Amino acid sequence: MDTLNVSRRNFLKSTATVAGGLIIGFHLPHNSRLAQAAETTETAINAWLRIGTDDSVTVMMAHSEMGQGVHTSLPMLVAEELEADWRNIQIETSPIGGVYQNPAMGMQITGGSTSVRLRWEMLRTAGAAAREVLIEAAAQQWQVQPENCRAALGKVIHTNSGQTLSYGQLAEAAAKLMPPDSPKLKSPSEFKIIGQPIKRLDTPAKVDGSAIFGIDVKVPNMLIATVKQSPVFGGKVKQYDEAAAKAIAGVKAVVEIPNGVAVVAENYWQAKKGVEALNVSFAETEHDKQDTASITKLLEQGLTENGAVARNTGDAQAALKTAKTQLTAEYSVPFLAHVTMEPMNCTADVKTDSCEVWVGTQAQEWVQQTAAKVTGLPKEKIAVHTTYLGGGFGRRVELDFVTQAVLLSKTVRQPVKLIWAREEDTQHDFYRPAMRVKFTAGLDEKGMPTAIQTRVVGPSILQRVFPGAVKNGLDSTAVEGIADMRYEIPNQYTDYVMKNTHVPVGFWRSVGHSHNAFFLESFIDEIAHASGKNPYHLRRTLLSKSPRFLKVLDTLVWHTNCDQPAPKGYSRGIAIHHSFGSIVGEVAEVSVSEAGKVTVHRVVCVVDCGIVVNPDTVKAQMESAIVYGLSALKEAITLKNGRVEQSNFHDFPVLKMAEMPQIEVVMISNEEKLGGVGEPGTPPIIPAVTNAIFAATGKRLRHLPIDHKESKL
Amino acid sequence: MITLTINGNEQKVNVTPDTPLLWVLRDTLGMTGTKFGCGMAQCGACTVHLDGEAVRSCIFPVAAAVGKKITTIEGLSPDRSHPLQQAWIEEEVPQCGYCQSGMIMSAAALLEKNPHPSDTEIDQAMTNVCRCGTYSRVRKAIQQAANT
Ligand code: FES
Ligand code: FES
Repeated sequence: MDTLNVSRRNFLKSTATVAGGLIIGFHLPHNSRLAQAAETTETAINAWLRIGTDDSVTVMMAHSEMGQGVHTSLPMLVAEELEADWRNIQIETSPIGGVYQNPAMGMQITGGSTSVRLRWEMLRTAGAAAREVLIEAAAQQWQVQPENCRAALGKVIHTNSGQTLSYGQLAEAAAKLMPPDSPKLKSPSEFKIIGQPIKRLDTPAKVDGSAIFGIDVKVPNMLIATVKQSPVFGGKVKQYDEAAAKAIAGVKAVVEIPNGVAVVAENYWQAKKGVEALNVSFAETEHDKQDTASITKLLEQGLTENGAVARNTGDAQAALKTAKTQLTAEYSVPFLAHVTMEPMNCTADVKTDSCEVWVGTQAQEWVQQTAAKVTGLPKEKIAVHTTYLGGGFGRRVELDFVTQAVLLSKTVRQPVKLIWAREEDTQHDFYRPAMRVKFTAGLDEKGMPTAIQTRVVGPSILQRVFPGAVKNGLDSTAVEGIADMRYEIPNQYTDYVMKNTHVPVGFWRSVGHSHNAFFLESFIDEIAHASGKNPYHLRRTLLSKSPRFLKVLDTLVWHTNCDQPAPKGYSRGIAIHHSFGSIVGEVAEVSVSEAGKVTVHRVVCVVDCGIVVNPDTVKAQMESAIVYGLSALKEAITLKNGRVEQSNFHDFPVLKMAEMPQIEVVMISNEEKLGGVGEPGTPPIIPAVTNAIFAATGKRLRHLPIDHKESKL
Repeated sequence: MITLTINGNEQKVNVTPDTPLLWVLRDTLGMTGTKFGCGMAQCGACTVHLDGEAVRSCIFPVAAAVGKKITTIEGLSPDRSHPLQQAWIEEEVPQCGYCQSGMIMSAAALLEKNPHPSDTEIDQAMTNVCRCGTYSRVRKAIQQAANT
């Protein structure tokens, strides 16, 4: 993900807007793969920012806002270099394709904690180029040298005379000038906006109910649908009572879809009653006997097989043989649902020659492709409108609900808003895979690990989503966080045994790191205790060549005294993990009652994410990621008779206010390359807590979830 | 026809009496500020006030709301001036924002009854789900609003 190369492939272009004003964008060279999409509607598709004659600065948003704050941090990048007046900043959702594609993925996708990292150079360059042409336009008007002019707060100022012209006054003249290809960018010490806790632009609309999420979309003449899908993944409909559903007032149509039946009605309540009246039964499938026990057995069996090699440094096998002692442990985690607060939904309006889709999505381009496939229309005829997302966490990169909505609108020839019940959402997710791992470590006479061998077993996400990315049976997401561990253990061997089941798996906040940090950071703790070392000191020794990691560890100690015994009645656990370009260390302070109830009192989180764009957003994302991770201590998706047993919040116990620990976030300030912030806070929290539980009880929790009945969080 | 009083206005709706108030607001009246999260009184996303009491509208039949004063997030204040909305902005509470209408309505009902709640009282009253984990900021914003 080299942002530098990406932006150098493009060159800058300015254009006048129809209404007068300046547009700055990247023009794509013709040899670029992206160019084809861009050629037809060049001005519209390449623009990053638009300056109106009314002084407004509109920044195009190619990434979806799902709570992570990008609709504020991205315009901050433009405003910084543009020397804009922040109060004049507006945002607008971009069209699909062209420069709006995620340069790391060649697709317009919001995910992988990439948005700000990948646009870092591009958006600042666009802002700086606009600033330079605005200065040039002013200099021409005043007939002075541009060097004697400067930009500040949305104006160009002639230094000697003090006269000023606002960006709005200059926009039209600037649009006629050629923007520089490589305008001068600021050094971090010159930043005025980047690094400030700028208030989020989307907050006001989110406190008065006016923010529009996918589920809120209204289209004239729209009907509302809901579905009943086969409870066993891959199952087909056997029979249903169409007449009973149609007898319900307001029900307009009953439509069979590939894995179930939909009822289309005037409102959701009628559609829901309609679906219940259908009394759908499903045909038997070959998976009807699958359950959590059979899947666990499959994964256990995988532990005895040889896998695809993910890392082989030194000679782990030989080193294990000569080690003074060996330590072995098995760990596992269950499937997990995303449970975004807003259930899956999508609105589609399919006409004979065009189609519009309104959806909270992380993947606009896939939505377009999907709608093209379902309707048979060319991609250019599909318009995608992105709304706010009521949570994404990886779930809204999927297209199952989009396919259904487009199919329904195509069938009933009317706009249709499809809304899933929470039960469908919980039982038809693309789950965080259930995984199992076995570690063997060899320790020398001082108790230091000389070798570590890891076998990771579980279903593959990439095999479903990007099969081309699976190399010789290796899914990199299954081993991330273990195969690339930073610990200086000279002999390391990691392999992966793919065991797919009928349960669909997908990207869940922090993906493979979500389980691998729990596995590895627990096992490192086991090594520390087996060798009589303080877990912090052991980590410090094993990370001696990684100064940024040491700084995170030492900062944790400074804030928690986690190198010392905890006060009576409390215990502490530490974990550190790097993912998505950021390093996060967390210490959990926990108490365990005599009855075994666990309470997490306080979490201290130290994050090194390189340059901080918006400190309050980083803080909010760490808090959010910690809660999301902590929830998983008690959550599990289990299977019986091939189907998911959980259905709603009553049996999928997400964390609530009363269980909320105090969270303190400390940012390491430096000028390192930007890291992601949406996901990296999640991986270390569970091992920090389970390591603390071990410190309190001597009980090593190797299999999640912890028993919810006994444990309070 | 069912007559409702919503945010001070009389509204006539033609729906079956068992229709949950949530869907009357959202689908029949187009008032989408009140959200759907679970449909079984578990998450609080659909919280509105009925005569000042917090009610989970997803399981509340519209017929039972007749003759009561219904307040939704749209009616909490005309211009985001309610102390809770101000505090929410000040503390930058929302992330995805989807749960926040329900959070604010639950908090408003709490402050109505208990103008100076302790943290424990807040924890007990606020059983809404936020998957973005904004709980500490919610707590802080309620305390801030209580002190203005
Ligand atoms: S939608 Fe009513 S409580 Fe969840
Ligand atoms: S802000 Fe996203 S669910 Fe609460």
